[in-house]
Amino acid sequence: MNSLIAMIPSVLMIVSPILITAAGGMICERAGVVNIALEGLMGVGAFTAATMHYFLEPATSLSVWVALIIAGAIGLAVSLIHAFASISLNADQVVSGTGINLLSTGGTVFLAQIIFKMERTAPFRLGMMPGIGGIYPTAWIALVTVLVAWFVLYKRPFGMRLRACGEHPQAAASAGVDVRKMRYIAVMISGALAGIAGGCLVLTQTIQYTIYTINGAGFIALAAVSFGRWRPKGISGASLLFGTAVALSIYMVNIQSLRFLPSEFFSVMPYIITLITLVVFSGKEYAPRASGQPYERSGS
Amino acid sequence: MSDTKNRTKVDAIQKTGSASRLEKLFADQKAVSISVVLLGFICGTLLILLVGRNPAGMYSAMLQTLTGFDITRGSWNARYIGEWLTASIPLILCGLSMGFAARTGLFNIGAEGQYIVGLTAAQFIALYFPPVPGLHWIVAIAAAGLAGALWGGIVGWLKAKFAVSEVVATIMLNYIAFFFSRWSSMLIPGSNTYKTPNFPDTARLSSPLLEQLTNGSRLNLGLWIALLSCVVYWFVIEKTRLGFELRATGLNRDAARYAGIRVTRSITTSMLMAGMFAGFAGAAVALGSFSYGRVLGGYDNYGFNGIAVALVGNNSAGGTLISGLLFGMLASAQPLMQSRQIPKEITLIISGLVVVFISLRSGVKLFLDWKAKKVAQTQKAALDE
Repeated sequence: MNSLIAMIPSVLMIVSPILITAAGGMICERAGVVNIALEGLMGVGAFTAATMHYFLEPATSLSVWVALIIAGAIGLAVSLIHAFASISLNADQVVSGTGINLLSTGGTVFLAQIIFKMERTAPFRLGMMPGIGGIYPTAWIALVTVLVAWFVLYKRPFGMRLRACGEHPQAAASAGVDVRKMRYIAVMISGALAGIAGGCLVLTQTIQYTIYTINGAGFIALAAVSFGRWRPKGISGASLLFGTAVALSIYMVNIQSLRFLPSEFFSVMPYIITLITLVVFSGKEYAPRASGQPYERSGS
Repeated sequence: MSDTKNRTKVDAIQKTGSASRLEKLFADQKAVSISVVLLGFICGTLLILLVGRNPAGMYSAMLQTLTGFDITRGSWNARYIGEWLTASIPLILCGLSMGFAARTGLFNIGAEGQYIVGLTAAQFIALYFPPVPGLHWIVAIAAAGLAGALWGGIVGWLKAKFAVSEVVATIMLNYIAFFFSRWSSMLIPGSNTYKTPNFPDTARLSSPLLEQLTNGSRLNLGLWIALLSCVVYWFVIEKTRLGFELRATGLNRDAARYAGIRVTRSITTSMLMAGMFAGFAGAAVALGSFSYGRVLGGYDNYGFNGIAVALVGNNSAGGTLISGLLFGMLASAQPLMQSRQIPKEITLIISGLVVVFISLRSGVKLFLDWKAKKVAQTQKAALDE
């Protein structure tokens, strides 16, 4: 039991990037755009943060924060490709997302080869420092992100309009909402959040960026959005559950009573749970109705 | 009199409304694929220039892969051609997997998972089936195809029966396949964390003739599997009733249902076939390029690159074959590029750019629609006068 409590900081460390990304993915899908590129955007963010922190570390003690902000900005910039293709050009959202994922793996390691002359970034000395109780500040970032996302989506007119774009864009448009603008904003938010999340991941869990740094965290976040039924409370629970499963797969060697299970058992849990949930809740309409469909202005 | 006047009007409309050169270019799928690939290479070349390297290195690496001729040393070695073809085999097969599903209107991101279960099944048969010469590898390939088909079929069934998004379901099943493969392969006695014991020779796809022809490359019988699969793909899609039903489902699901096609069955069948091709890819890699079973440490990414292959190949059998060879060339040229001071990830960037450009193609249609509308408006104005 003690070892389980001792695991809490580690669990929160793993949950935070997943939850931040999932919050972005949720906003994006609520506005009607599916973002398969979350994985790639996290990679871009992680690479940016690792690189920035490596260079700024000797200069300033605020280095991690600057690195995170720049990671968010670059994530946002790259997500514009997805926004332009899927919103302005009505492209297949899955195809453009897949393209960004391919570009991300190639682009980050390519740049690492140019900047650091190796297939990874040079290791930084110290990452982010844990705060009270050994909990990393990323946990607070994640908490604030979800609370703000909930408040804006459900308590502000802006959020209501954004959700309308994902449910019934034509109706939203006839009520005077600029559907394309709203969708652009949503994709950009998800890009920035995925970038920040990638930065959080690399600055807390490792000391450099390699192609294995993200290792499916973005896809887990995508799963958390579906499993959490596109709602802030849901995705928080899903991210916690999935993060715990990931943590168990890593730290289970320390836990006597679980040692008989293979670590793959915990690794595979998030994916099996999500698949089962998708089937069980398939008949009910939880997903935003217009998610994944391009919005074509009729008439005009 | 008024009749002839009307006719000239109609003629005028048809003349001005007929396809311009640009429209013709973008209506031609092959032309689009070629321009998209060229654009990808141009951007890649610019990127290399931008970071201060010499793009000639990339092109000489590609030339050496394609012809075996090393322009920097003036030597020739057929082994490079063999390695190029070997690298293309799984890409062609995964491209067929993606393409087959796409013809039915499905997006199969799951080729990676189907590839992994195929690979795992082939490895198990290779290690546990009695080593009968001539039969052993055939059984292994059949098992791989079956396993892949099952893995894809689950997705199709979930989609058809429960309307579960095939995109999310396949991503989940990719990871499930990966961890399942790791776990089950490590259970084999004598396995460590990265490999199982060696296969008997009867399970291997090695072909002395092909090896001899290509100066000892790893080229193997998988080549014939890939080519045969292309033929099967073409035949099923273009020449059979089943293929017609699948294509009809892909073009318009409601219309197909109205015409009496069992759409749910089409979706499941399509994913079954798609999974089978990816399963073959797994077998071709497991038994062709390795003499032992692998405990996978990560994705091989053939399934994901198959998406790019199929998109460039326009989901047709011949197109997928050619684009598979193209992407195989890029993959196989990687080490040569690295040795010429070109970061090998440039090939991934080019593939990614090609996929992004293909997704932008829908924009051209928007532009043409807008232009056609303009033309129609001016014509209407002219007629009204």
